Amino acid sequence: MSTTVQVTHPKEVVAEKGSSLWADAFVRLKKNKLAMLGGIIVIIILLLCFVVAPILAATGMDANKQDLTNRFAGIGEKGILGTDQLGRDLFMRVLEGGQISLLVAILATCMTVTIGVIYGGIAGYVGGTLGSIMMRIVDGLLAMPFLIIVILFREIITGHVDLTAKFLIDDWGWNDNTVLRFANLIPLTIAIAGFGWLSMGRIVRSSAASLSKQEFVEAARSLGLSHRRILFRHIVPNMLGPVIIYATLTIPSFILYEATLSFIGLGIEPPNSSWGKLIQEGANYLETNMVVLAVPAIMFSLTLFAFNFLGDGLRDALDPKASKD
Amino acid sequence: MLKTILSRVTQTIIVVFLLVTFVFFAVRAIPGNPFASDKATSPEEQAALEAYYGLDKPLVVQYFNYWKNVAQGDFGDSLAMKGRKVSTLISESFPVSLKLGLLSLFLGMGIGIPLGIIAALFHNKWQDYLAMVIAMAGICIVAFVLGPIFQLSISRPLTWLNVAGWNRTSDILLPAITLCFGVAAYLARLTRGGMLDVLSQDYIRTAKAKGVPTLQIITKHALRPALMPAVTFLGPAFAAIITGSFVVENIFLVPGMGQHFVLGVTSNDYNLVLGLVLFYGILMGIANLLSDLALIFMDPKLRNS
Repeated sequence: MSTTVQVTHPKEVVAEKGSSLWADAFVRLKKNKLAMLGGIIVIIILLLCFVVAPILAATGMDANKQDLTNRFAGIGEKGILGTDQLGRDLFMRVLEGGQISLLVAILATCMTVTIGVIYGGIAGYVGGTLGSIMMRIVDGLLAMPFLIIVILFREIITGHVDLTAKFLIDDWGWNDNTVLRFANLIPLTIAIAGFGWLSMGRIVRSSAASLSKQEFVEAARSLGLSHRRILFRHIVPNMLGPVIIYATLTIPSFILYEATLSFIGLGIEPPNSSWGKLIQEGANYLETNMVVLAVPAIMFSLTLFAFNFLGDGLRDALDPKASKD
Repeated sequence: MLKTILSRVTQTIIVVFLLVTFVFFAVRAIPGNPFASDKATSPEEQAALEAYYGLDKPLVVQYFNYWKNVAQGDFGDSLAMKGRKVSTLISESFPVSLKLGLLSLFLGMGIGIPLGIIAALFHNKWQDYLAMVIAMAGICIVAFVLGPIFQLSISRPLTWLNVAGWNRTSDILLPAITLCFGVAAYLARLTRGGMLDVLSQDYIRTAKAKGVPTLQIITKHALRPALMPAVTFLGPAFAAIITGSFVVENIFLVPGMGQHFVLGVTSNDYNLVLGLVLFYGILMGIANLLSDLALIFMDPKLRNS
């Protein structure tokens, strides 16, 4: 008796109904071999950078420890992938570089999603003059050359963050190593996210605008719900699909921006290193020691591939109509 | 058509105005000053330098002075490279960037558009998958990975090709090839999308039913509308190649505009950065206008409206 009661429990019904939509998408995703492969590679790389690297670091493998007697050790001679131009363990350097690259990209994407959903959601839900003014601003910002603006923006923030870092170290006695590591990441992340949310805002606006005309929103309004509640409880959850798709495709493009800026020397600075920085350093030893360039370059390209295939696959799975290009 | 040109020109003027205004105040908000890197200058000398370049005046006055000078065709002097005018630096580096950008754009079109057409014609067959994997490779294997690979695998075996530098005519080849892959990749994806759209249209089916050969269907009926998304992309892409080729210029030591921009930002050379940004803005407007005109030329529906 008691089991039948449990089955008809309303909670159960809601869970089933909610999962079936996503389960459908997952079935479609599973059919897409490339996307699944991309997803698996993404998980492996995330595990390597955020789980394996800290564990190895805790056991005493230091990515920044120099050993000048063992420069350019070959694969397997010292460490797993040998050593770089200063005798540092290449394997650890690539993993820790990946940590920084991915951290910047993921943090910036989270900021992008937050800003984009709030801004685009308001613009789409309110609509009218306010909505179109908000979108004109986005259009104007989109017309600006992205990299140039990001470079300038980063330089401005860097000055302020450096001052704060100095204050934290000198006056509050914080650990200077930790502070400096983060002080270098923050300006780049904010600069990328500060101008990277524009496309997300547009996508969110268009889906919010079409959702806010539907009956369930009217029903919610007739129940006397506040605008904030309608927007964040009823409209935002319904546009999760496009937001997830676009966020997955945003991560690789942010990894790319980070690497580009680091490569020209306007991104990550020592003591941090990222894939872009490692590739730039490795390029100097191109003719004598290919491995120093090849390892970060392969990891970097592999990550971009994996995220892009996963994102494309998610788009095909969650939004079959928009999967043409 | 006149309406399109007018609206594009107005838009460009607004964007350039906002861009210059933003950058004007942004470069001045960057910590540091342009004369700090000089050999031990006394505060008096610094003040004299600032007065000479008009940097001691209030920001708003400087801002209006800047526009006044620009209206007279004067972009000011470079602050970091003493004795050189910004306009000279731009006129020296722009032809280099333009040549490189145009060549890589044409190479990208030559590779990307046929690839996209093939992918669409063999939709969901191995040719399609292969083309799309190649396109994805073009997006993911970026310039600073490709550049070193090309230096090693192309220019070293071929001894007549320089690894880097900008002295001989052939030096343009490697950076152009490196740059063209990204363009080709996006063009391939856009062309495939456009082609798939067009191929599902009724008039293509009618043409097939009449027995028109496939090649003729593509060239006479399908190609023009199918290329519309690609052409829309080309305008911004051209501006992006010229503005965003810092990396390739860095790898192959090309004396283009990107190098000046990076140097200008790091050495607080306000006038140089502003001049370049102003120039970029105008260039972007022109590129967008050209792609608008190309669209009008291609689509009779746009022409009549």
